[in-house]
Amino acid sequence: MRLRNRLMGAAVVVVASGLGLTGCGQSSDGGSGDTIELTIAQNSISGGKNAAAADYITNWVIPKFEAAEKAKGKNVTVKFVPSGVDDEQYKTKLSLDLKSGKGADVFDLDGIWAGEFAEAGYLKPLSDVVGADADNWDGWAQIPQSVQGLATYNGKKYALPVGTDGRVLYFNKTLFQKAGLPADWQPKSWQEILDAGNKLKAAGVPVPIQINAGTAMGEATTMQGVLPLLAGAGGQLQQDGKWTGASQPLKDALGFYQKIYGGSGLGDPKLQQEAKGRDKSFQQFAGNEIGILLESDYLWRGVLNPETGVAKMADRDQSVGYALIPAEEPGKGINGQDFVSMSGGALRAVNPNSAHPKEAFELAAFTLSPDGLKEETKNGNVRITPRTDVNKEILSSEPLLTYISDKVVPLTAFRPPVAAYTQVSVALQEATAEVVSGKTPDQAAADYQAKLEGIVGGAGNVAS
Amino acid sequence: MAQATLPPEVLDDAKARRYSADAAGLGRLRAGAFVAPALALISLFLVFPALWVLYLGLSNYRLTGAAAAAPRLVGFDNFVKALTDPEFWNSTWLTFEFVLGSAVIGQVVLGFLLAWIMRDRTGPLKRIVEGLVILAWILPSAVVSFLWVALLDRDDGTLNTLLHSQDFAPLLDHPMLSIIIFNIWRGAAFSMMLYGAALGNVPPSHLESARLAGASGWQQLRDVVFPHIRGHVLTNLLLISLWTFNDFTPFLLTAGGPDGKTEVLAVHVYQVALQGGELGYGAAVSTVILLINLVVAVFYLRLLRSKK
Repeated sequence: MRLRNRLMGAAVVVVASGLGLTGCGQSSDGGSGDTIELTIAQNSISGGKNAAAADYITNWVIPKFEAAEKAKGKNVTVKFVPSGVDDEQYKTKLSLDLKSGKGADVFDLDGIWAGEFAEAGYLKPLSDVVGADADNWDGWAQIPQSVQGLATYNGKKYALPVGTDGRVLYFNKTLFQKAGLPADWQPKSWQEILDAGNKLKAAGVPVPIQINAGTAMGEATTMQGVLPLLAGAGGQLQQDGKWTGASQPLKDALGFYQKIYGGSGLGDPKLQQEAKGRDKSFQQFAGNEIGILLESDYLWRGVLNPETGVAKMADRDQSVGYALIPAEEPGKGINGQDFVSMSGGALRAVNPNSAHPKEAFELAAFTLSPDGLKEETKNGNVRITPRTDVNKEILSSEPLLTYISDKVVPLTAFRPPVAAYTQVSVALQEATAEVVSGKTPDQAAADYQAKLEGIVGGAGNVAS
Repeated sequence: MAQATLPPEVLDDAKARRYSADAAGLGRLRAGAFVAPALALISLFLVFPALWVLYLGLSNYRLTGAAAAAPRLVGFDNFVKALTDPEFWNSTWLTFEFVLGSAVIGQVVLGFLLAWIMRDRTGPLKRIVEGLVILAWILPSAVVSFLWVALLDRDDGTLNTLLHSQDFAPLLDHPMLSIIIFNIWRGAAFSMMLYGAALGNVPPSHLESARLAGASGWQQLRDVVFPHIRGHVLTNLLLISLWTFNDFTPFLLTAGGPDGKTEVLAVHVYQVALQGGELGYGAAVSTVILLINLVVAVFYLRLLRSKK
């Protein structure tokens, strides 16, 4: 079995290198003598994507953790393995590393990948990898059940949750003022979003509305586009064990895309097709070219952040407004809600191949200690951490995150935590791409259902 | 490949008989021992991976999920799926356009023109032109692609700035044309150098005689130059067709987009196997690509062997 895995891994490396990629596995072998070498990998890089997280690991976690272990009589050195790429590429790299039995001892992953990674054996339940230490971690008591759910698959905890997030409609107050729209804008239906878009267009705003679409934006299309709209039309991806096919809510959601990108001039269809479209949408929003943008709190803290963002906006606090995502019409959202949102969150996992799982877990837990999280979120880098005790202290200083934790999290929804989800997500992205390039919502929904049946094992698992 | 550049010599029977089957006098066993290391390396790095890809193509192996831990053999399902998948045929057609447009027509014609114009020239002009063309060829793909994205970008691209145009987006509006032009620019150097060397082999006396006989420029090219360089032309076509067929660089410009309009087969395999995680299906598509490559290679080699 082990040999076969190795052979499979070798074949994957051959395929990958044949395509001009280079395998970048990090060895997790222990060093010589009694020195324990650990590696920690994230999709973050100093000076680039998620710079604050990368700097936190390099400048605080590593020296403090090494010192703390030394005090316990252990000689531990930690190496940070940065990345600064799209999440899909990070996932590919991570899977290839893990498939070949390598990879960092501690690594971050998107919570929605937990199912397929667990099925593949890339993740194992924490209690199997680490032992009782994992269950006895004092942090669990501080983490709400919904956030623990992100790290749970088939009733077992596979990783530590790093936090959660929420999605809102951001709007540019400067442009809104130009168009005669209020600074405390809160649409109550999709029509009100379109109305605002038309006013922005009349006022000469280049891109009145940006709702992510198409395959180039990857999961950002699903999480910041289709799913909030689907929830707003009262639809769910999966209900009572059956996947939802070409349902009316999906057609409504795709119809909303058509109203924005189908020649009305409210959105920019080409931006949805560009290879780096999402990065450009960030720059355009920061450059006062986009009126309304549906994004997660990452936009606020990681992109527009005047200190560490990738598209800094010096006057972010004054000129960026935010509003709840309305249902199609009041009361038409899932559970009869007036407003909806979607949430996810990252996980921090211990590699089952790690030579030092106990120390690796200590490192992961150390990054999520109250002192650590406070350090990570200082200087305007506030995010919703997994710990209630820390959130209470840090969120009050940050209006948007208070808003998300108070108003958005109570009404949010999560993606179905199953292995097939990522393939379904791609099919949804393709449906939006079809609408953007001119197909009718009905046609795109029918195509989606056909693909869905192929993914989830036949029409028997799909309800329309 | 290297042998193919020389026109094959036909040995007559008597000449062939003079060489013994065991010219070095090693004996079968010792000769085998000398060849063994090379054969072992070829088996390890060429034959085994090829067979392995064939095997993976028969399984439902995935990068993640349950099928990653315990793949099952699914027979020829993947091949059937590939051959009935419109996306696969779309990619095949795009690859055909890409090879025909950028290699067979673009690089060959541009490379030959450059070699023809520069054939009798000496001095700095020749060195500068050749230097620039070769520079496009030897720079790393990542660097070159970045430069072209900067040139063609819709928002702040150099081209838009030069033309004072707004929103001219070649990579979105004419994606295939963009990558074809890119690849002509990138790969013409090889054809230029090969034809340059070949033209040097055309005996000046033949051209001289043709001129004295009153042949026009085109006639000289057709009746004197071409017969001499025919082998080089075919070898060049073989090499650049196969290179272009398997070229992954378009991905760096367009990532296969917009909406799969530049998803040539090499990019298609990457998308389904590594981005989509369907390693089994990707291996099946790779096998089909291998077969197409073989057909192309056999076609050219036959042409090369056929009578002049």
